[in-house]
Amino acid sequence: MKKILQGNEAIARGAWEAGVTVGCAYPGTPSSEIMAELSKYKEIYTEWSPNEKVAVEVAHGASLAGGRAIACMKHVGLNVAADPLMTIAYTGVKGGFVIVVADDPGQHSSQNEQDSRHWTRFGKVPMLEPADSEECKNFTKIAFEMSERFDTPVLLRSETRVSHCDSTLKLGERKESTVQRGLDQKETPKLVMVPMYARVRRVAVEERIVKLAAYADTEFPYNSMEINDPSIGFISSGVSYLYTKEVFPRYSFLKLGMVWPLPRNMIAEFFKKVKKVIVVEELDPFFETEIKAMGYKVWHGKDLIPAIGELSPSIVEQSLTKAVEGKSYKAPKVRIKPEDLPRRPPNLCAGCSHRPLFYALKKLGLYVFGDIGCYALSVAPPLSAMHASTCMGAGVGGAYGAGKVLGKEGLGKICAVLGDSTFLHSGIGPLMDTVYNKGYSTTLILDNRITAMTGQQEHPGTGYTIQSGPATMIDYEQLARAVGVKHVKKVDPYKVKETMEVIREEVNRDDASVIITENSPCILLRRAKPLEKFKNPFYGVDNDKCRGCKVCLEINCPAISWQEGEGQTKDGHKRKGTGFINKDQCVGCEVCAQICKFEAIVPGTK
Amino acid sequence: MKENGKVKNIFLSGVGGQGTILASNILAEVFLKAGYDVKKSEVHGMAQRGGDVTTHFRFGKKVYSPLIKYGDVDYLISFEMLEAARYINWVKPEGKIIINKQEILPPTVSLGQMEYPKDIEKMFKKYFKDNVWIVNGQEIARKLGNIQAANVVLVGAFSNFFPEFKEEQWTDAIKKLLTAKLHELNIKAFHEGRKALQG
Repeated sequence: MKKILQGNEAIARGAWEAGVTVGCAYPGTPSSEIMAELSKYKEIYTEWSPNEKVAVEVAHGASLAGGRAIACMKHVGLNVAADPLMTIAYTGVKGGFVIVVADDPGQHSSQNEQDSRHWTRFGKVPMLEPADSEECKNFTKIAFEMSERFDTPVLLRSETRVSHCDSTLKLGERKESTVQRGLDQKETPKLVMVPMYARVRRVAVEERIVKLAAYADTEFPYNSMEINDPSIGFISSGVSYLYTKEVFPRYSFLKLGMVWPLPRNMIAEFFKKVKKVIVVEELDPFFETEIKAMGYKVWHGKDLIPAIGELSPSIVEQSLTKAVEGKSYKAPKVRIKPEDLPRRPPNLCAGCSHRPLFYALKKLGLYVFGDIGCYALSVAPPLSAMHASTCMGAGVGGAYGAGKVLGKEGLGKICAVLGDSTFLHSGIGPLMDTVYNKGYSTTLILDNRITAMTGQQEHPGTGYTIQSGPATMIDYEQLARAVGVKHVKKVDPYKVKETMEVIREEVNRDDASVIITENSPCILLRRAKPLEKFKNPFYGVDNDKCRGCKVCLEINCPAISWQEGEGQTKDGHKRKGTGFINKDQCVGCEVCAQICKFEAIVPGTK
Repeated sequence: MKENGKVKNIFLSGVGGQGTILASNILAEVFLKAGYDVKKSEVHGMAQRGGDVTTHFRFGKKVYSPLIKYGDVDYLISFEMLEAARYINWVKPEGKIIINKQEILPPTVSLGQMEYPKDIEKMFKKYFKDNVWIVNGQEIARKLGNIQAANVVLVGAFSNFFPEFKEEQWTDAIKKLLTAKLHELNIKAFHEGRKALQG
């Protein structure tokens, strides 16, 4: 019986069928569901690790003890884990070790659009790239076999349209690995990467790549050639192959299941069998550059196909129809111009605790060094309350560094903001630096009790494991004091005035400080009963009092809108319209009522 | 499986939180059980926070691309008026369209900077004539006791396009995907939606 699974679920299934024993991940779109799914299989130990570097190191330890292990992350996560990866490439593995990296072409949920295929050549480890759920499962399984056979970590590259696409597959049974469990002290020269041993392993890495290249050409079952109409041959991989096959099904294809090392003989044969070759790949010209370097003439590639953003069947068709079919691409009829329609960017949820906090920061006129999480949505107007954001933890160091240039001039003007999960991911190091090297910046930890943006994953601060079992809970205040922060305050962000007072005091202090939000769980986190603390189920606008000043619109709440219409208040103030609260969307957080200067926002009645 | 297994394209659009993913999961269950190859693609994560969300859903004998080609949509199911308008160019001239009669204001409209487009219904009827159905999913769901079920009302309306599927094929899928305490509400929502197009 065929099942339909999401790509991420299929990777988890493949790992389970391959007999994996340990799975580690830090959540990140589009990779998060892999570990969430794997955690449902009882035979496997799984965890949310504090960050991706830790995930890879834990999984490698498990592999050295003889267990098959998997570590999963989004593309930027592999930057964090690059340090262990580059040397695990030298030490090799014992139990099969697979690292899944999920790219996000088009940047649906990411701060950059890096092409993770570069890691495979750079790290000198093989990489596989599935196109759909069936391949996600099969490639994961073969990745474990390759890992053990060639003594190497294996990268499995997914991306948004593979990870978050559902397609059909056949399920298999679990088969345990035959690798013996246990640690062997005699392996020291292979595993302790001091220079004298690492130089030896350096050679082994190059020898391994030669063997893997031969394997890619002769044994690996997922590099495949389809010779149809030989006038044009496409070389492609992953979902780009599916798009091209969809648009130009009658031509010939070389589909690469292994990104690197490339099957040189197969490529040579393909060039002999077809007349002209077009390389279709998303993002960078990885294959194109390699194939050109082998001395072949690539007819078309990135000269026609965009290197920025994700591909789609439409983009493949638009880019290549002229070259392939000799006729111009005919666009479908335009009935309206979508650019004339109001855009709908994502927004903080109604009742979210980040909204009043960022409103407070805006009112204080602070330059906010931000971070990665839902709160990055505070950058959107009219809240417009974030001014710099690069990667996880970066805001803490950024605010501190800016203070080093501005000196006393910067006092009262700068702060760093990050979430509970990102603080644990990589905010502690820069906080230590701020204290150790005498910075004065204020770090705000927005503790909403969960990794929210990626879909409610646990972390060391929530008190729960990935399987919802009890766990030690980090105490942020004690942690901050332990690294030497003397001024640690807690605020309830739903009390706007009090929160502003505390922040004002701390940002003006010539010493490092930390402010932690409390009573501020994610509005979607059911177990924290986030709505119970609100006194009223929803609020409404009292039209007798509303003067149409639009202050309530400044917080960009999805429940509040402007209603045009001239009129006046009961006491005779003329107005051009009023605020309006949609009671289906309002959850009663009361923030708008607190900032209204005319007491025009009142508890709603049914 | 009918129509020689030629691949058909369903495009779902709405606003994050409206339940497009559940709706597309119900479709997947039904078409898969009926013997079709199915692929569907959607975006999770940041975009879901009140932003516009879409699902590409394709079925047929053998489906390659998980994404639909621009202009190739056979069925558009929209959970919100503006989010229907945004994808009008994607629909084939003979395509069929179901729209939930709900307006969720995007920020620029809430702030009074832009107007919510009027005459969306009229525009669809101009191009697609009798192949457009506006369903008041939210009101139907509200009467049943939970506005969250509007997505299943729309699935019920859509089910009319596939007379070869029995009602149980849809309700079985709903039962499989939802916890028991939600069965009654959502099966009612499905039936009301199914009736909405017939009456």
